[in-house]
Amino acid sequence: MRPARVRAAGWGWHHAPRTRWALRGLDFEIDPGERVLLLGASGSGKSTVLQALAGVLGGSEEGESAGELLIDQRPATESQGRVGLVLQDPDSQVILERVGDDVAFGCENLGVPREEIWPRVRHALAEVGLDVALDRSTTQLSGGQKQRLALAGVLAMRPGLILLDEPTANLDPAGVAEVRDAVARVLESTGATLMVVEHRVDVWLPLVDRVIVLSPDGALLADGAPEDVLQSRGGELAELGVWVPGHPPAVSLRVSAPGARVLGTRDLTVGRSVAFAANGFVREMPDLEFHEGTSTAITGPNGSGKSTLGLTLAGLLPRIAGTVSASGTLRDGASEHPIDWRSRELLTRIGTVFQEPEHQFLRSTVREELAVGPRALKLSSAEIAARIDELLQRLRLDALADANPFTLSGGEKRRLSVATILATRPRVLVLDEPTFGQDSRTWAELLGLLGELVDEGKAIIAMTHDRRFVDTFADREVLL
Amino acid sequence: MTHPFSRINPVAKLGAALLLAACLVLTVDWVSAGTALLLELAGFPFLGIGARRFWLRTLPVWVAAPLTGITILLYGRPSGTIYWEWFAVRISDGSLELALATMLRVVAIGLPAVVLFITVDATDLADGLAQVWRLPSRFVLGALAAFRLVGLFANDWRYLELARRARGVGDAGRIRRIPGQVFALLVLAIRRGSKLAVAMEARGFGGPIPRTWARESRFEMGEWGTLITGLMVGMIAIAAAVGTGHWNFIVG
Repeated sequence: MRPARVRAAGWGWHHAPRTRWALRGLDFEIDPGERVLLLGASGSGKSTVLQALAGVLGGSEEGESAGELLIDQRPATESQGRVGLVLQDPDSQVILERVGDDVAFGCENLGVPREEIWPRVRHALAEVGLDVALDRSTTQLSGGQKQRLALAGVLAMRPGLILLDEPTANLDPAGVAEVRDAVARVLESTGATLMVVEHRVDVWLPLVDRVIVLSPDGALLADGAPEDVLQSRGGELAELGVWVPGHPPAVSLRVSAPGARVLGTRDLTVGRSVAFAANGFVREMPDLEFHEGTSTAITGPNGSGKSTLGLTLAGLLPRIAGTVSASGTLRDGASEHPIDWRSRELLTRIGTVFQEPEHQFLRSTVREELAVGPRALKLSSAEIAARIDELLQRLRLDALADANPFTLSGGEKRRLSVATILATRPRVLVLDEPTFGQDSRTWAELLGLLGELVDEGKAIIAMTHDRRFVDTFADREVLL
Repeated sequence: MTHPFSRINPVAKLGAALLLAACLVLTVDWVSAGTALLLELAGFPFLGIGARRFWLRTLPVWVAAPLTGITILLYGRPSGTIYWEWFAVRISDGSLELALATMLRVVAIGLPAVVLFITVDATDLADGLAQVWRLPSRFVLGALAAFRLVGLFANDWRYLELARRARGVGDAGRIRRIPGQVFALLVLAIRRGSKLAVAMEARGFGGPIPRTWARESRFEMGEWGTLITGLMVGMIAIAAAVGTGHWNFIVG
């Protein structure tokens, strides 16, 4: 296997239904074996560049291209097998049921003879450090393992160019390190050319020797050695939402003082039925108390029951044993246990922001989406309109009021999912991984917003892996 | 240690079940179905399926058969002595015999279909369909990959349910919420599906290069044996029906 050379000459692309070019006039040349970190604001077309290089952007019905994009002198669209792509979402790129078959899939498609496939599969799995049986079920792997599986699948194809599209955005800190180390080993032994898109610069900085930056309108903004680019453009990049070391996002300090107890647990055991998770589980939890005007971060490794605890506290999932009880101000006439409340009673009491915003969208426009809760409360239409307008403005969604929630970017979806909950003004907010995969700009906005809510006297409970979030925002950390 | 039968190519199992079913749907009489059922029950213990697993998996067949039987008993075309009559319901000699024949037939076709497939792995079946039956690999592998997403959909469904409660619209009846929730699941399914399609394409799926197969799907003695056994059971059942004069060809 020989490392690939990449050349873009005046290359551009626009998606079929849109008039604006997503990318235009890109010129760069990447030498064989170079390791490039591709940066830019969300929506600047970083993923599009990777998909184009991988030859999966689609034909003329998907969009229109300009200029040239070459891999070893050949158009990227004809370079099957020279390029391997690992995507962001671990669940959506597992293809087959057994580990060995999944890794072999790419080789089969490239017409590699059978007797050569299995040695390649074993070698690739060893390279990424995935020490599991070939017939192990892929559904039982953790997020970090799934990403390494995808990397092994790419590696077995012996590509000269490896492309990584935010491969660690959805992983916990342990998973991030696993994947980064596996990539380092792979590059060490293969010498392949690398291009990685990721807005957490510190994760990949030790591995890359060049940084290319795209401007928000899809043109080339900077290109050079990492230290030069980060030094000269650091502030600019941080403003675009890139996590640049030495440029922490600014978050204003909070002023709240804790108020009355709103929610507490005693001898609580949480769990999920077998039907819910792939394998049901049960966990005992420490006794917890939550007060007005405080923020609590619940941390712990994957599988420690953070999400399950959150859903149980939020009155969505029945408890296995013990109690979750609401205090007087939060109860406000309803029964003691949140799980016994009616769906409508939850609205003004406890709001839940799910990890996957898409799970909680119900309507076809942003405005309609925000009206769901207030309508269920039977508020007057003037009141509903006032609340929606205020939220749209506060969360910078006003330009998107008529857009379909599913078409928003990751950061916008997150803001909308928080806004839908705020529309009914609950006293307690439960958020599951609110900062997962967010760029630094959305991150700072989110923290600013949550800070204001705590100052107003709300209680915030967040399940999170985000160390920075815990350190800057939480009054208290509960480690499970 | 896996039982030898679990290693038989799934397409052979599928073929055997289809051949047997083809023989049994030609006639409606209790002799052929009964004969087939006896032969099947004699054969099942040798397939390496535990009793517990057998009864658990075949439960739907045991429930469905009497239900179809009762329906035909009450509403089947009457002939001979009529024992009981009430509005459209007529129990007669003819409907009694037809009910018995149908019930046995459901069991005789349903049991082997379930039993043969207990030991089938979806990936092996896809290998067989593409390599032995030469179905287009794009279609077979696409379906296989999509099938794997079903587990994720089950999880999505539960979250959609919780999210509706959290959004304040969970008080309406469960049944009334279903259409909206199905639509939401469909949207999620399409999004997951298109992401998976990109992942597959990025690994060269659907490219111009002729595909190879990492796992060879064999069709050898054991597979032929399985097919022939299925056909034999069907033929013996037909012979028994013709021999005893119960043959009742379904057309005409």
